[in-house]
Amino acid sequence: MKSVLRIQDTVYRFFDSDIWYSFKKSKVTIAAACVTVIMILSAFTAPWIAPHNTFDPATLDLMDAFTPPVWYEDGTPKFLLGTDDQGRDIFSTILYGSRISLFVAFASMLLAMILGVTLGLVSGYLGGAIESIIMRIADVQISFPAILIVLLISGLARSVLPNVRHEEMAVWVLIFAIGISNWVHFARTVRGSTMVEKNMEYVQSARVIGRRRATIMFRHILPNVMGPVLVIGTIGLAVAVLTEATISFLGVGVPPTEPSLGTLIRIGQSFLFAGEWWIVIFPGVALVILVLAVNLLGDWMRDALNPKLR
Amino acid sequence: MPALIIRRIIQSVLVMLTVAVVAFTLFRYVGDPVSQMVGQETTIAEREQLREDLGLNDPIIVQFVRFALNTVQGKFGISFRLGRPVNELFAERLPATLELSLVAALFSLVVGIPMGVYTGLYPDRVLSKVFQTISLIGISLPTFLIGILLILFFGVLLSWLPTFGRGDVIQLGWWSTGLLTASGLKAVVMPAFTLGMFQLTLIMRLVRSEMMEVLRTDYIKFARARGLTNRTVHFGHALKNTLVPVITITGLQLGSIIAFAIITETVFQWPGMGLLFLQSIQFADVPVMSTYLILIAFFFVVINLIVDILYHVVDPRLRFDKSVVLGH
Repeated sequence: MKSVLRIQDTVYRFFDSDIWYSFKKSKVTIAAACVTVIMILSAFTAPWIAPHNTFDPATLDLMDAFTPPVWYEDGTPKFLLGTDDQGRDIFSTILYGSRISLFVAFASMLLAMILGVTLGLVSGYLGGAIESIIMRIADVQISFPAILIVLLISGLARSVLPNVRHEEMAVWVLIFAIGISNWVHFARTVRGSTMVEKNMEYVQSARVIGRRRATIMFRHILPNVMGPVLVIGTIGLAVAVLTEATISFLGVGVPPTEPSLGTLIRIGQSFLFAGEWWIVIFPGVALVILVLAVNLLGDWMRDALNPKLR
Repeated sequence: MPALIIRRIIQSVLVMLTVAVVAFTLFRYVGDPVSQMVGQETTIAEREQLREDLGLNDPIIVQFVRFALNTVQGKFGISFRLGRPVNELFAERLPATLELSLVAALFSLVVGIPMGVYTGLYPDRVLSKVFQTISLIGISLPTFLIGILLILFFGVLLSWLPTFGRGDVIQLGWWSTGLLTASGLKAVVMPAFTLGMFQLTLIMRLVRSEMMEVLRTDYIKFARARGLTNRTVHFGHALKNTLVPVITITGLQLGSIIAFAIITETVFQWPGMGLLFLQSIQFADVPVMSTYLILIAFFFVVINLIVDILYHVVDPRLRFDKSVVLGH
């Protein structure tokens, strides 16, 4: 009973908060949130809602190849957005593709977040030589574009792993590479806030009663520095989706056997000259809508969580 | 100021050394150099001999110093994939990438600054809104998608511009230029636009916000009170003071333009270093990879250094030591 009341209280407080108010006020943000939720849901339920299973060769018919979208004369309602060279339904490949894109983006963002937050907390709280080393590495890394670091790591993985293993490892290599390329923003922000928090009274009292350093860092300081981390995480998600798409477009990311949105655009590019524009444009549009929606959400979050701007 | 420059140079050297260590580790430990160079039928004794000849049995430090010395002299080894010296390959590809990057940077400056000034001076006009929308599109569209859309419209549908390659090039010594022929100029339009679009957006937004900031300051009000023409106030007084951050950002972005050229070169099959690097990743061609890494790092470090020094030359406020100003 008590816990029910507590949940009720939390829900009530959420709907009464400034954040919910500023969310309600901004039509663009509501639209962006709706689009993001719909895209994420439809990506993760792709096997159930997609009209065709693009991984099952038995359902493919080469006779259907290069069917244009439904509003053309040759189009059929069976393939809303047309088909590609193997007769795969474009709408279904987009659903399955965004599933892989989002999976890679979420996983790599999580890796970057864990890595960056931990290193930021440690360097902000402990200071000294550890801090200098971590922050110098961050300085050097941030002066190179993330895309270069991702390319380099996947290049390394390609030379170390034998070809056969590489195909199945590709997704994990990509997650690792994008995660590594993004940790710096988290680390810098968390370090800054930690340095402010560590002089607060609650931290001092925790120290006085003899709590361990790790406990102070992760149980006491961490909850108080999470606000900006969420903002960076949201914008980082958009960046990760774009990076994944770019790397896959360049042909060193996800293999064509499990195409992500970027891989679909890469495959479709070769049919552009023959006039089969739908194979490349629709995955591109899906990518842009996804990135734009997440970016708008991130912008709103930054304004809503930053009291200085209000 | 000299102390600062020396400190920055030491920092740059440290960065280059780190990159060299990474490149060396790549070069030496990723894949066996010997088995990449010889065929199946080579005996173990011959392999051992080759190993000895290449100096792969020497202490690591000796090998690293040799690698560093070779690198400084421009000896980067032989490409596994193409079987040609890496420095030759890069010398061939360098002009293409540099020309593309410079045209893109120039385009973003020449178009971006006026757009920024205009939207900063007249934020409420319709044209400003149009510019703002363009910049939003420039930020949200991924580079490769801009390229593909351009190819679709101007290459496939209208067939005005070539969709791949550099067009005809003219050889000027070892430098091959495409900027002196009609087909070369036509070929550079779409890639340079694609590559410059993001920088253009960045510069425009920067100039706009700086202009709006500067126009509120007292010395602008004073300049207006003195009865100077709008033109003098806007361009002589205001714009000049917005240029410091613009120089910094443009300079720093020059490095990322060269890096992002990888994407543009892939979309337009532009025969530059980026395409070479990408192919070396696909084929695990380690010498080319490590050379690209070193070259790019070198570009970045030099550009950063120049920007830092320029910054101090342009902004007199930074040139004086604080203690001198305060009279200590």
